[in-house]
Amino acid sequence: MRRYFGRKLFIYLLTFWVAATIDWMIPRFMPGDPIQSLLSRTQVAPEAVASLIAYYKSLFGLDQAIPQQYLNFWVAMAHGDLGRSVYLSGRPVVDVIMAALPYTLALLVPAILLSWWTGNKAGAFAARRRVLDNTILPVGYILTATPYMWLAIMLAWIFASVLGIFPISGGYGYALEPSLSWTFIKDLAWHWALPFASLFLVMFGGWAIGMRNMIIYELDADYSRYLSALGAPSGLVRRYAFRNAVLPQITGLALQLGVIVAGALVTEIVFSYPGIGKLLLAAVQNQDYFLLQGIFLFIIVGVLVANFLVDIAYVLVDPRTRVGMSGGTA
Amino acid sequence: MSLQVTDLRVYYRTLAGDVKALDGVTFDVADGEIMGLAGESGCGKSTLGNSLIRIDGRMKYVAGRVVLDGVELPIEDTDAMNRFRYHDISIIPQYAMSALNPTRKIGKMVAELVESRRRSFRELEGELERRLLLVGLSPDVLDRYPIELSGGMKQRMVMVVSTLLNPSLLIADEITSALDVSSQRAVAQTLVEFRDRSFVDSMIVVTHDVSILYQIADTLTVMYAGKLAEKAPTDVMMEAPLHPYTRLLISSLPEIGVRFEEQRLSGIPGSPPSLLNPPAGCRFRDRCPLAFAKCAEEPPFVEVEPGHAVACWKAS
Amino acid sequence: MSGPTPVEAFPAAGPSRAAPADESVSRRREILYFALRGRKVVVATAVLVALALVAIVGPILRPGDPNAFVGPLGAPPSEEYWFGTTTFGQDVFAQFAHGLTATFVVGLLGGGVAAIIGMAVGFIAGYRGGVIDEVLNMLTNVVLVIPTLAMLIVVTAYLQARGLVLEAAFIGLTSWPWAARAIRAQTFSLKSREFVDLARISGVSSLRVVFREIAPNMSSYLFMTFILMFGGAILIAASLDFIGLGPTEGTSLGLMMYNAVAWSALQLEMWWWFIPPGIGITAIVGALYVMNVGLDEIFNPRLRES
Repeated sequence: MRRYFGRKLFIYLLTFWVAATIDWMIPRFMPGDPIQSLLSRTQVAPEAVASLIAYYKSLFGLDQAIPQQYLNFWVAMAHGDLGRSVYLSGRPVVDVIMAALPYTLALLVPAILLSWWTGNKAGAFAARRRVLDNTILPVGYILTATPYMWLAIMLAWIFASVLGIFPISGGYGYALEPSLSWTFIKDLAWHWALPFASLFLVMFGGWAIGMRNMIIYELDADYSRYLSALGAPSGLVRRYAFRNAVLPQITGLALQLGVIVAGALVTEIVFSYPGIGKLLLAAVQNQDYFLLQGIFLFIIVGVLVANFLVDIAYVLVDPRTRVGMSGGTA
Repeated sequence: MSLQVTDLRVYYRTLAGDVKALDGVTFDVADGEIMGLAGESGCGKSTLGNSLIRIDGRMKYVAGRVVLDGVELPIEDTDAMNRFRYHDISIIPQYAMSALNPTRKIGKMVAELVESRRRSFRELEGELERRLLLVGLSPDVLDRYPIELSGGMKQRMVMVVSTLLNPSLLIADEITSALDVSSQRAVAQTLVEFRDRSFVDSMIVVTHDVSILYQIADTLTVMYAGKLAEKAPTDVMMEAPLHPYTRLLISSLPEIGVRFEEQRLSGIPGSPPSLLNPPAGCRFRDRCPLAFAKCAEEPPFVEVEPGHAVACWKAS
Repeated sequence: MSGPTPVEAFPAAGPSRAAPADESVSRRREILYFALRGRKVVVATAVLVALALVAIVGPILRPGDPNAFVGPLGAPPSEEYWFGTTTFGQDVFAQFAHGLTATFVVGLLGGGVAAIIGMAVGFIAGYRGGVIDEVLNMLTNVVLVIPTLAMLIVVTAYLQARGLVLEAAFIGLTSWPWAARAIRAQTFSLKSREFVDLARISGVSSLRVVFREIAPNMSSYLFMTFILMFGGAILIAASLDFIGLGPTEGTSLGLMMYNAVAWSALQLEMWWWFIPPGIGITAIVGALYVMNVGLDEIFNPRLRES
């Protein structure tokens, strides 16, 4: 098992190094000059331009040799310094991201866990009876084919704009001050509801379909046929099939993390929800490269950590991984 | 126990129509009898074995009666059959090596299976361990996962599990096909031992390998193209077979000590008829060296001597 | 971007079937039977063809720049403007039709690139095994774990001018691991089949073994993989466009939604602006998934409900 985790850890570290390096490399090797585009958007007197360019270059460390910049990059990261946000007038990127992170996590974590759990149950349920299958399956396919942002748009339009039940944007009411009062918390929850629902529904569809197919596959496996031949009740067979079908669903969760995060980003944009997604849009629109880089690194780390957690969960659930391949003894 | 099968017909549903895999077989199995069921691939022997215990998937019950220990088995009703499965009739399947749930400890699976059949695992545990030792498995195999066992071990495990409740009739479906020769012998002898120790009353051993049956079976039944060709006590069958198919089958077995230059292995030219639209009359007619005019009419499966039945005009 | 591209939508890497000559005739017949009877494949194809027709015919009906300001501001659907107009008086239907074209192009190109790279990596890794497999596997895993959209954002954000082809190429370059994994697994299981051994013994070169023996026996699998790549590329492109990092010229369905949200179409209840693009994408991707399932039922009898 140590080998298993060792390998995984190595891949994750390697991935992080590759991703961070690409992240660092891109602005420096892309056509176009970020500083120029930065300055072109501000009103600066032509005489001041040259010295401003020099100033920014030294601020961003762009006046040093490339290998030195690379080293600086890692050193700074180790110190938790991801630069300063130009768009937000010089606030440290780390602080900006940390302020937005809780909102995104509040959406992602419950949505992932709940949709995975209920989706799997629904899929298993659908595999039981033709009638259920004929309703749950098409719904599942439609949901999983729906782009995240469009479902968010539809929900926002129907429930917020037309019916007015939920607020259409923001993390909390613009008139309110963050506090621990009941009104504030309720308001927070009300703003959270639609984006959460949107994420939940799309993911739910995917899990339901996946589980339904896996269960059908498992119900046809040799061990299922054997139990049936010996007269075991269908409840027992289904229970075994479910437990075996859950395993690839766990692996599937790890594989989907990138997609799910992307979904959360666009959903936040639709609702102007003050999470990483909204921040990302602002960074792109304002060409705030430091902020962009920082967000990217955060996303990478988050996804890698989540992957690792899922790997741990898999080992806990699949007893065979603990036993290891000790091979058959004659 | 005693088993009487009368005119059993089970077909397979396919896109092109019904494949008449089992097209009217009638035979008896007596108490304590090990009946070998042999024939080439596609003759219907596996269908026969499986339909006695569970008709599902693409199989379709068409006609026939099965009476076990005086009770008629409702084989066409899969739910009603559940009463009899495992208690009265059991099976060691062809896929025995993958018949154990890979994510469950073997002992746990057996316990859950047995409890679900309304028997107490605690009461059976001692007997289970004794039987494991009998087949050469250590009782701590119950604490392992199937992946930790070799193929042969898994097979022996399944043999013990299938016979744990002492069924009257055991069906062993091609259980030696995937094994090497010495393992085949060990498994075959285990089967006999199960019968001798009264773990099971009678057995139907389905295989395409006649040489195994020669060693353990009391009677031999040969099937061809969905119908029975001949049934006789094993020694009679090997020495004096009556059906032309059986004779060709036996003579195609290699004899020990005979060299290639002296005697060539003979096969049976041709291939079995399609079971989608089987020909009228005797199904072996096209390949039979003894075929004559009357073979256009299907020969009945009749007893020519006590315990020896044949479906052939020339033999009866 | 949509929900989890069902991992299980990938046909289970189980035994694919070799086709000795006599068996293949009846098998082809069986496939044709199901292909024609299989409602899923027929319906899905019909939907795709219908949308493709709109994508082709639409721009002919509404030539010119779809982003031009031609009509009344923010008007609901009418006889003249079938899908109404945007806040700035742009013809929504024209945008929709041109956007559909862009969507199809990006899907085919992006999916194609991803499929080709995936096949290359998957075949080589699956066939060669050993060290090459280990290395390619590691490469695949690394690219797989990196969140695609995040990577694409970082790459495209610094480009001043972005084109459709470039977008498709980038998408292909980041989403191939899915295909590679699936193809590798299937190649593995086919590699040990007798007809491959026969070809190798006969001295056929590796490349020809892959192309002549293995690939044709996986052809259904390869096609289904391409379909999934196609759908995935469309979704990724839509998300990229929605963040504003799509092609700088022209229009696309994702871009339509970006504009709609940015200009408060939600609050203004201008449903005709954001509903068509969403339905367009959902319909295409949904049809692709359903076709995938339908094909899987044809080639993998186990999932049939008969």
